[in-house]
Amino acid sequence: MELTFKRLENVQDLAGLRARLLKERGESDAHRVRVCCGTACQATGSNKVVKKFEEEAAAKQVKLEIVKTGCQGFCQRGPVLIQEPQQIFYQKVKAEDVPGIFSTSVLYGMPYRKQLYRETPMAEPNEEMQDIPFYKKQKRLALLRNGFVDPCNIYDSIREEGYAGLAKVLTEMKPDEVIDIVKKSGLRGRGGAGFPAGLKWEHTKKSGAKVKAVVCNGDEGDPGAFMDRAVMEGDPHSVLEGMIINAYAIGAQYGYIYVRHEYPLAVKNLGIAIDQARALGLLGRNILGSGLDFDIEIKEGAGAFVCGESTALVASLEGERGMPRPRPPRLSEAAGGLWNMPTNLNNVETFANVPTIIVKGLDFYTKIGTEKSKGTKVFALTGKIKNTGLIEVPMGITLREIIFDIGGGMLNPEKQFKAVQTGGPSGGCIPAQFLDMPADFDTLASVGSIMGSGGMVVLDEDDCMVDVAKFFLSFTKSESCGKCPPCRIGTWQMYELLEKITSGRGEQGDIERLEKMGQMVVAGSLCGLGNSAPNPVLSTIKYFREEYEEHVREKFCRAQRCQGLGMFRIRPEHCILCGLCKQACAFDAVTELRDRFYIDQDYCTKCKACYSVCPTEAIVIEKGGAHVAARK
Amino acid sequence: MLEQTEVKAIDAILNDAAGQRGVLIAVLQRVQEKVGYLPDDAMQMIAGRLGLSLSQAYGVASFYKHFHFKPRGKKIVKVCMGTACHVRGGKAVLNEMEHKLGIKEGETTEDRAVTLETVGCVGCCALAPVLTVNDQDLYGELTPKMVDDIILTVRSEHGTHV
Repeated sequence: MELTFKRLENVQDLAGLRARLLKERGESDAHRVRVCCGTACQATGSNKVVKKFEEEAAAKQVKLEIVKTGCQGFCQRGPVLIQEPQQIFYQKVKAEDVPGIFSTSVLYGMPYRKQLYRETPMAEPNEEMQDIPFYKKQKRLALLRNGFVDPCNIYDSIREEGYAGLAKVLTEMKPDEVIDIVKKSGLRGRGGAGFPAGLKWEHTKKSGAKVKAVVCNGDEGDPGAFMDRAVMEGDPHSVLEGMIINAYAIGAQYGYIYVRHEYPLAVKNLGIAIDQARALGLLGRNILGSGLDFDIEIKEGAGAFVCGESTALVASLEGERGMPRPRPPRLSEAAGGLWNMPTNLNNVETFANVPTIIVKGLDFYTKIGTEKSKGTKVFALTGKIKNTGLIEVPMGITLREIIFDIGGGMLNPEKQFKAVQTGGPSGGCIPAQFLDMPADFDTLASVGSIMGSGGMVVLDEDDCMVDVAKFFLSFTKSESCGKCPPCRIGTWQMYELLEKITSGRGEQGDIERLEKMGQMVVAGSLCGLGNSAPNPVLSTIKYFREEYEEHVREKFCRAQRCQGLGMFRIRPEHCILCGLCKQACAFDAVTELRDRFYIDQDYCTKCKACYSVCPTEAIVIEKGGAHVAARK
Repeated sequence: MLEQTEVKAIDAILNDAAGQRGVLIAVLQRVQEKVGYLPDDAMQMIAGRLGLSLSQAYGVASFYKHFHFKPRGKKIVKVCMGTACHVRGGKAVLNEMEHKLGIKEGETTEDRAVTLETVGCVGCCALAPVLTVNDQDLYGELTPKMVDDIILTVRSEHGTHV
């Protein structure tokens, strides 16, 4: 369908447009399917599903409306789709399932049982989305329309109350009242630190300058986090609306969205959204006849994690090296922000929350969440867990509920839960004893982790905590911008120490050295990257010290992940004498006797080649490597 | 040396950017899109026309991971090294890739067909471990055994596979 646009001259036009769209929807007798076309579902083949639906509809001459939505959250079971009006939820849909779904479900409203969600293969299927445990405990505010509307069609959003918050603000509220509401709502920045958004807005407004800017931080570089990407791809209009409301409140004229280069679909969908909003007069000069002038531009990042830091991001927007600078002046102060304009910078998810707060009101919003952390938080739930995907839950829900109720427990039920890593490279690992702790900004910080942007990676007993810490440091080490020495040199030294420990060369005192160095990096670094880079190390030392000591003293990794640790032994009772280990060994350490094989410890380099090739798991890694290491 | 068409393309990009502030990164991105990488001649043109010193232009370009000063392959395979991919075995996939392509991470095969790189996170953690080809095609839930097939597809689209 070709979209046509006519500029909306005032708020009444917008209301009229919505009424007309709703009426058309009510009168329409077309069947409808909402197919998830988020990145994960596209990778598993949702485009083929869409195409097949089109073919089926054409062949059977049935009017079928196919809504290509953003991420519906349940990426693990993708491609997913919802069939309306029966609201039946289908998962793992392949193109060959489409004729079946079409003839039973779309035409006759009967569930097509094969692709329904089942918790276990033997369980009764769940038909509707809200009956599925993954969705049951969720509460969608920032993701309200995400996964429901077509992000490339502004009319879809407007029908579902898109830009209603903007209309309300323009007609009923003064700019100061908007700031007041955001302040009272207790909305905290969703980028990581949790700074109250309303206060930031007020600061920027009070700077006194006439020309101001609004910047949206979409440089989501945290490994293991993808909520901002989902919002930008799936419901870009909520971000735009949040930014326009912000611009109205603080009197800004220029808007920028800084998007990570690795997110091509987000850049594309945001671009389409901005063009459509501009065509309808929701961006540009004299928005909805209110006299507000505000426009938004997309800037693509160029691949630097440190650009998620606000001052570095602004430097990058200005076309410079993305290095942080000392504050003050803050971005919100005169001469502090982008091209010296006072600048209000918030995260994607923060902006996406704003329209909901305005439309639903304070009473509704402040009832959700805990006393100091209001509202909901979007988490990217990943790792060794059964249901991975994007979830939005009220603040204060316990980690146990997130991991075991929504996430469905461990991927391999025989493995024990070990820890959950939150906050990416700036966060920490939370062990099992804190599972019943509520997830909000302050409690997570109290156990040495942070909320961060919301990545949540679940680890099981096969994961070595020293290795996880090393992984994060190798990331921060290479992403450090190099401006201040504590971060540049400190992270490198810490990484070297961890490398030493995980390769079996650890010495007495290394753990203490790591701790001391970590504290120095925290205290001495200029920006948030350095301040928080040691967190993964410090938190794992705090909760899993015995594992570090095992690596150092006994040269043993209980998760059997680190190479160069432990003593390799062939259990004759399990060995089938296939000889694969002897072939695999590059150092001739596997020696053949008449009736068995054994590993000569003097030649063994612990490269794990024999261990991974053995078909019967006859090779075990045991403690006792320390003696051999000493002998060498 | 730059070809005549490339010089023209860069010239057009620079004309578009004339008189704007803070366009260096955008210009570099567009030039790299056209040429495939940032040769020294191109950097000199950019710096000259934007009124920057060559060191300023290189300073910015070398800061960001996205910019490259050496020619790259037609297909760029990026193996994700995010947290979720790490715990689900992304490293094994990378090792297998390196082994099968005969190059290390960050290098290009001799026939300039494939460049192998790593990326911090592509945001598809649900499908971990993943890799992307030219930032477009995404392969998920990988095991080292699937690497052969992927290399074959990647190479065949280029038309050099044997």
